Amino acid sequence: MTSLLEVRDLRVSFPARGGRTIHPVDGISFALERGRTLALVGESGCGKSLTGLALLRLVPPPGRIDASSVIRLEGKDMVSFDEEAMRAVRGGRIGMVFQDPMTSLNPVLTAGDQIAEAVRAHRPVSRRDALARAEALLGEVGIADPSRRLGEYPHQLSGGMRQRVMIAIALAAEPEIIIADEPTTALDVTVQAQILELLDRLRQERGMAVLLITHDLGVVAGRADDMCVMYAGQIVERASTRQVFEAPAHPYTRGLFSSVPTITGARERLTPIGGSVPPPTAWPTGCRFGPRCPERFARCDSMPTLRRAAPGHEARCWLAGDEA
Amino acid sequence: MTSRPVALGRELWRRPGGRAGIVALALLMLIALIGPFVLPSPTAQGDLLTESLLPPGAGHLLGTDQLSRDILSRIVNGLRLSLIIGLVSAFLAVLLGAAVGLIAGTRAGLVDTLLMRTVDALLAIPRLFVLLLVLAVWDRVPLPALVLLLALTGWYGTSRLVRAETVRLRGEDFVRAAEALGAGRLRIALRHLLPNVAAPILVAGTLGVGDVILLEAGLTYLGLGIRPPTPSLGGMVLDSRAVFATAPWTSIFPGLVIVLTVLSVNLVGDALREALDPRSA
Repeated sequence: MTSLLEVRDLRVSFPARGGRTIHPVDGISFALERGRTLALVGESGCGKSLTGLALLRLVPPPGRIDASSVIRLEGKDMVSFDEEAMRAVRGGRIGMVFQDPMTSLNPVLTAGDQIAEAVRAHRPVSRRDALARAEALLGEVGIADPSRRLGEYPHQLSGGMRQRVMIAIALAAEPEIIIADEPTTALDVTVQAQILELLDRLRQERGMAVLLITHDLGVVAGRADDMCVMYAGQIVERASTRQVFEAPAHPYTRGLFSSVPTITGARERLTPIGGSVPPPTAWPTGCRFGPRCPERFARCDSMPTLRRAAPGHEARCWLAGDEA
Repeated sequence: MTSRPVALGRELWRRPGGRAGIVALALLMLIALIGPFVLPSPTAQGDLLTESLLPPGAGHLLGTDQLSRDILSRIVNGLRLSLIIGLVSAFLAVLLGAAVGLIAGTRAGLVDTLLMRTVDALLAIPRLFVLLLVLAVWDRVPLPALVLLLALTGWYGTSRLVRAETVRLRGEDFVRAAEALGAGRLRIALRHLLPNVAAPILVAGTLGVGDVILLEAGLTYLGLGIRPPTPSLGGMVLDSRAVFATAPWTSIFPGLVIVLTVLSVNLVGDALREALDPRSA
């Protein structure tokens, strides 16, 4: 059976100084299934947000998706779609929730207008019908008194409410897939949980697939079925969330876990990963995590492939299991 | 909650300059609107021997001119014409400028470059020079053509303003978000970008009204704009040159009305600019 969305060897190119080409997203593969949540985890600059934009073919110019990349929506290759067909996909089949609801909402349009706009971008309905639909959506995303909120401007809404409006906009044309790019990063901790629960509830009710892009392992735990850990444009570990949390196979993933405090664990010093994600212009030829890796050895000078650490569990590390 | 126009009106009213401008402009408009119905005809002549160049007094509130016509009536009718010309051609200019600015701003590359370099070239030619040239050749220009000429020479600034704002907004998250939701280019330009550039457009349009009124008065004073016997403020000042020393009221009153009109329009424009500027909130 074909996956709802299948991504294979997705590569995004940008021209760099000196006529070189860089690949901030460098050969990503994953699949999204109906009713499931896949988390894409990584630090700032690892290419996870760009991956999300690339799925909608919205890579900011001068960047472009390499022709060899495959993005299949129910088996149809989106890379070859024309602009018209892509517009139908954006919002219509794949909805997107952005990180910052303060800047992602149009400041001079009311919440209702913006949701209605999203409805009308895909459905030939009247403004009145679109607004009625907007009101229903506001109720669905858990906003009290939707008829009043409909006429309010973004600055009159709280951060959590704004993100709910963003979600309502993403849902407006009933997409099968939601890409949520750091949907809770700009919000208070208490509101974060509410928004994540809302996304989870909507996924269940509507049988949508959710791609959750985040840097926060706490967001992933208990919410994502599967996860991919990204580092320097590549996926370095892929498995079910349970597997990754129980036995992280890549030194980078282990580093991520030991830099996050736990409630149950002993009170020990957090060990941060030294250094930071190198920019695409400074990637080493071998393992990209090599320079920061505590377990580095001679073989790391050549690029490891994804290797099988356990059944259904892959890691891009020479130390992890055998050839996948 | 209050709607945006109401809130904006309140902001304007809160500023002394805005309030003065609104009151003065409203009065002028009211006079221009109902004046012609209660006053004698602006072209009606009295007895040329006994009723020309009468000083302000009971019969003729602001006196009469050398052709014994009622000056108040001529001023009111001239004011009406000035306001119509100012409003219509400033509106057309802003419409054109906004359209060009939006197109240039949303279409990067060749279209943008072409449009903006054209505007640069047009900006390099003084507006008055173009108008003088055209009107010198085009004798007895009809009113609609004059309005159109003033509009066609008054949109460059607005187009640059709108383009700059559009380019800035294009990088904003909400524009990207609208794209990600499948909004097309036109929908983004009209529903997402245009409302965000409405403020500078409104200010430019308002200040443009004052410019046009002044320009029209100037052209008419030079004998190139509105021709007699149609009453116009600039024309009245022109006609009074010969008799100014003995009958100063023939040009002082129309001159004052020009100043007052342009001043009140500009007061409203400045207050609008302040009220719409988020930094002055």
